[in-house]
Amino acid sequence: MNPRFLSVLRSAVPVCALVLGSSLAQAQLAIEITGAGANRMPVAVASFEGESALPRAVTDVVRADLERSGLFKMVELGPTPMGADAAVDFARIRSKGADALAVGSIAPNGSGRYQVQVRLIDAAKQASLGSQAMVMAPAQYRTTGHRIADFIYEKLTGEPGVFSTRIAYVLKSGSRYELQIADADGSNAQTALASREPIISPSWSPDGSRLAYVSFEAKKPVVYVHSLATGQRNVAANFKGSNSAPAWSPDGRRLAVVLTKDGQSQLYSVNADGSGVQRLASSSGIDTEPSWSADGMIYFTSDRGGSPQVYRVPAGGGDAQRVTFEGSYNVSPRPSPDGKSLVYVSRNGGRFQITMLDLASRQTQILTDSSKDESPSFAPNGRMVLYATEVGGRGVLSAVSSDGRVKQRLSVQSGDVREPAWGPQPRN
Amino acid sequence: MKYTRLALSLIAVGLLAACSSAPKTADQGAAVEDRSSGASSTGVDSNRVVAVDANAANGSGLAALKDPKSILSKRSVLFDYNSYVVKDEYRSLIEAHAKFLVANPKMKMLIQGNTDERGSREYNLALGQKRADAVKKALSLLGVAETQLESVSLGEEKPSCGDASEACWSANRRGDMLYSGEF
Repeated sequence: MNPRFLSVLRSAVPVCALVLGSSLAQAQLAIEITGAGANRMPVAVASFEGESALPRAVTDVVRADLERSGLFKMVELGPTPMGADAAVDFARIRSKGADALAVGSIAPNGSGRYQVQVRLIDAAKQASLGSQAMVMAPAQYRTTGHRIADFIYEKLTGEPGVFSTRIAYVLKSGSRYELQIADADGSNAQTALASREPIISPSWSPDGSRLAYVSFEAKKPVVYVHSLATGQRNVAANFKGSNSAPAWSPDGRRLAVVLTKDGQSQLYSVNADGSGVQRLASSSGIDTEPSWSADGMIYFTSDRGGSPQVYRVPAGGGDAQRVTFEGSYNVSPRPSPDGKSLVYVSRNGGRFQITMLDLASRQTQILTDSSKDESPSFAPNGRMVLYATEVGGRGVLSAVSSDGRVKQRLSVQSGDVREPAWGPQPRN
Repeated sequence: MKYTRLALSLIAVGLLAACSSAPKTADQGAAVEDRSSGASSTGVDSNRVVAVDANAANGSGLAALKDPKSILSKRSVLFDYNSYVVKDEYRSLIEAHAKFLVANPKMKMLIQGNTDERGSREYNLALGQKRADAVKKALSLLGVAETQLESVSLGEEKPSCGDASEACWSANRRGDMLYSGEF
């Protein structure tokens, strides 16, 4: 066999194409894993006792979530269910190669709902790693599956999972734009706003209840704040000139925005209802794409030094400091949730690629091998970066792990998907 | 599933209808008569009723904005790559629009700056603003009142040409001038 092909096989760990989208709905995002971690932990999720009473098996959702993370290799155990309290045949589990095993029971609780019991077991030590109990309605099999996957992920990696989070993005089909919200796996897509004019730059409020975005429905860019549960929205910035690039403060009270009311594009902050406008920084060039970090800095793009580069300024005021120095085009900065690294788009020989900067060591790493990457945003646990790119001339969403190894792609059968924003952890 | 989505979108479109697009050339239906020229005063049917738009400008030459033979019907200024300078070839176009705005002080203009598709959408929005500002400044220098002018950016969002080619990109690096009633 061709040795080059073999090495591709070995290094890329290519990959089970896992299509979760329904073929009935063209606009449904379908997810495909295009690269996985090098050392994936073998994990078995047995079918849960009693789950056949649900519209769809909860464990299907759990296995798909864990597989998609690129960190786990699912071990098949066959259809026989294993209850939460049943005795485990450890010799059989070990012979299948699983390091960890999840078992569970789902039973009616007498009020139309179901009681769920899940237990995670270390197959080598034959010891429990923890249990989880919850109550679900039959229609909540997907939400329940995501929560169980989060539980397993956290027990095995020590970090919170992001399977219960949501993403926002813009779907363009023909001349129609839709701001959509979907589960992190692309399922359950719902339209929050439809328009004949462009929509860009969605930004989640820290509690996940609202989105700020830029809509061109008034023939100019205007910033709106939209409550997802009610559909109510208000204008947050509509000054003379352009209004754009909204970013929430960590406390959810203020929005950083870019206004041109006093000349070139400059940074301001406003309350979510549009009141209390204040200047955040001043320059003689373009300042745009603000993003608040957890440690009170605002990262932004500025061409004050001649080419667009990333700068930062204390949110409470102070001098701006240049952050990127390599290359002549570094834009769209997003600080990681722990504030230790920064992701942005850099232009490298005509290719626009997602780049990670470790703020302490100043080391940079290009995470992607595509050429039209835009709009990166971190998963709330900092493990993955969601971004927009182009495949075959069409806009798709991709996600890459912070080390560049794990890759996923989300696309629709027709239309362009762009402007993704990964939402926060849900607050239960 | 599809029908639900369609129904939802129809509702949303209905909500947006109030702000929906006024076509760039809103010339369907009866044209507003140009009464200042006197050219059409002969042979007018005495039963004819001429519609007057109370919200429109009070000055002269409105029809010229739509007349393909008039320079005022030309509304686009193209820019070089990475450039925000209004080129000399557009001087007569800018002068004609400045003269019109000065003669029609109630008329307002929205200048929309545009860029090609390469790079960050928000950074391109800021670059498109520089193009719109350049057109606005050229008009201001010719005496147009600040209150008549608004410069905004559409960034890379409204390309006039959709291919990834240099010919297309240059057509998309432009500033468009829209008058009251057109935006």
